[in-house]
Amino acid sequence: MTILQTRESQAMHATMTPEPAGDDAALPPEPAGPAMSGRNVNVFYGQKQALFGIDLDIERHEVTALIGPSGCGKSTFLRCLNRMNDTIDGCRVEGTITLDGEDIYDRDLDVVELRARVGMVFQKPNPFPKSIYENVAYGPRIHGMAPSRTELDDIVVSSIRRAGLWEEVKDRLKEPGTSLSGGQQQRLCIARAIATRPDVLLMDEPASALDPIATAVIEELIDELRENFTIVIVTHSMQQAARVSQKTAFFHLGKLIEHGVTEEMFTNPRHKQTQDYITGRIG
Amino acid sequence: MTDAAAPAVPPLRSAAARAALRRRRNAADFRLRLYGVIAISLAIGLLTILVATLAAGGYQAFVQTHIRVDFPIGADNVSPADPAKGNYRHVVKEAVAALLPPAANPAEARQMGQILTANTQFFVRDAVLANPAVIGGTLTLEVPAADIFDQLNKGTIRRDTPQANRRVSDAQIAWFDALVAQGRVSTPFNWGLFFNADSRFPEIAGLSGAIAGSFYALLVCFVISFPTGIAAAVYLEEFAPRNRWTDLIEVNINNLAAVPSIVFGLLGLAVFIQSFGLPRSAPLVGGLVLALMTLPTIIIVTRNALKAVPPSIREAAYGMGASPQQVILHHVLPLALPGILTGTIIGLAQALGETAPLLLIGMNAFITSPPGGVLEASTALPTQIYIWADSPERGFVARTSAGILVLLGFLLVMNAIAIFLRQRLERRW
Repeated sequence: MTILQTRESQAMHATMTPEPAGDDAALPPEPAGPAMSGRNVNVFYGQKQALFGIDLDIERHEVTALIGPSGCGKSTFLRCLNRMNDTIDGCRVEGTITLDGEDIYDRDLDVVELRARVGMVFQKPNPFPKSIYENVAYGPRIHGMAPSRTELDDIVVSSIRRAGLWEEVKDRLKEPGTSLSGGQQQRLCIARAIATRPDVLLMDEPASALDPIATAVIEELIDELRENFTIVIVTHSMQQAARVSQKTAFFHLGKLIEHGVTEEMFTNPRHKQTQDYITGRIG
Repeated sequence: MTDAAAPAVPPLRSAAARAALRRRRNAADFRLRLYGVIAISLAIGLLTILVATLAAGGYQAFVQTHIRVDFPIGADNVSPADPAKGNYRHVVKEAVAALLPPAANPAEARQMGQILTANTQFFVRDAVLANPAVIGGTLTLEVPAADIFDQLNKGTIRRDTPQANRRVSDAQIAWFDALVAQGRVSTPFNWGLFFNADSRFPEIAGLSGAIAGSFYALLVCFVISFPTGIAAAVYLEEFAPRNRWTDLIEVNINNLAAVPSIVFGLLGLAVFIQSFGLPRSAPLVGGLVLALMTLPTIIIVTRNALKAVPPSIREAAYGMGASPQQVILHHVLPLALPGILTGTIIGLAQALGETAPLLLIGMNAFITSPPGGVLEASTALPTQIYIWADSPERGFVARTSAGILVLLGFLLVMNAIAIFLRQRLERRW
């Protein structure tokens, strides 16, 4: 795997400080099995069916890349994982999707809690028009994770550190989040998403609106975050999928054609459609 | 290539043809700009004419002719034990007699009595009550001259008009000129225009009752229509499903915004006054009626402001696990607020200028004291203008224009606040 090393990303690594001790120690032991899994997932937008019987497991502490041509349903599947599709009128999801064995489409499940556990980063950086600090503090605040000001400060600082943004913003936490550059904004959005300590982080083409240098920084970051989070990333760049992911799932026309270990998929695809796509013949 | 049937490439147009085309295009651009400039000049020109006419007609109402008079407060007229019950009519008569040469006959005496405003005795009474120490001495007051002398002083009543055709006799002009020669006549700024209530006598008629009435009515209107409008718009925009019912509601809201205002007045008369038994002429009823009129405007501007909030912000908040309430109160409404406030203030400015519904609920009554609350009878600025425009005295002509200028001033201030708020709040980031 070759990653474009830049001065910026190296500098970022040099200044990354170790996590405060006990940050993760207090968390309960992780359950066995995949972090999330979908079984026979069908999604409809009104009459139109967008996904057909998807079976896919998302393994812990791995980056799973969802690839495929435009309109293949990869973003739709991603948005099923934290029920962002609920906000779309006429969208209907069938089948089961579980998070640590719990059905996330269960009637009794609180969608607010789900989204705190399954965070999301969007295609275009979308920081709130508030200060950098407030952007990151928002999630912990609404989920009641930080009873005191100092605890909140700790969460904000450690989240910005983990997102590799600390050195760039430590003196300007009160400035608006929208004053940052595109790549910094996207890392701010990542910091905001990980501030609620989710188990799973969903990323919908997180680098597609960024220049190559900012993209490389984000990709580095994704690799770092794998230690603490399970990551699902939608990308239309096969190079990116190859660089950042351990597992890859190839979608085509709403069907999951093939999924498996990334290196195998790219070197030895089992299906002809996969081969055609990764060699650039379709898509 | 053996393809002989390939379509012939059209020959390039000549330089002359292209130049002609360019000239036509430039001329069309120029014409379009010209239409715009003409339209704007027309609008500004008409507005200038309007304001200039009002200013020309109304400027005289901003000054008022006053006459300095020494009132002998004799103990025979005003008893120190009960100054409120004094014979102030007689005090004024004595003061006028001392001011002017002795009257030759009762007719002359009556004409002399017309120089000061008819309410002079009440001014004197109020001054004595405020300072009872003057009883037995002399009280000097600046008293507004009666309307006809005010008009004479301002030149509206012309001296070269034959005596039979003017409301001031030659003798009265002579007395007035004598007072001018004594330095007793002055024309200071007319604070009474803002601090007096309505009166039958133009020289002491003011807008304070109308301003207070309009203030109370707008307050009621704002308190009712602002929260209701925002709540309705938030529900329709953020929660309501898109179906036939919400479509119907939307169409009706748009229709409501276009209903003629007099219809709302009839509704207010029938419902608020006849059915609910609320008092006539009260700013409360006026405010309720204006709220009905303003509500659709506020709902529409709020919905537009909510629509203009980028969906990515909503997505980001929902993605963080914010509940709909949190998304709306923490993110969407603050971003929409500048637009909502601007629209609301413009809606209120419309309500401030609304006349027809207020006429129907009796806010055009003749009321000589400002209202003390929303339940007391009062007028409003536009209805006060309407009342004055209907009055025959010469002094009300200028006051009507002045009233309109004051109303325009308030509208200007409200719009300036709207612009200020929009710029201030939008500059946050």
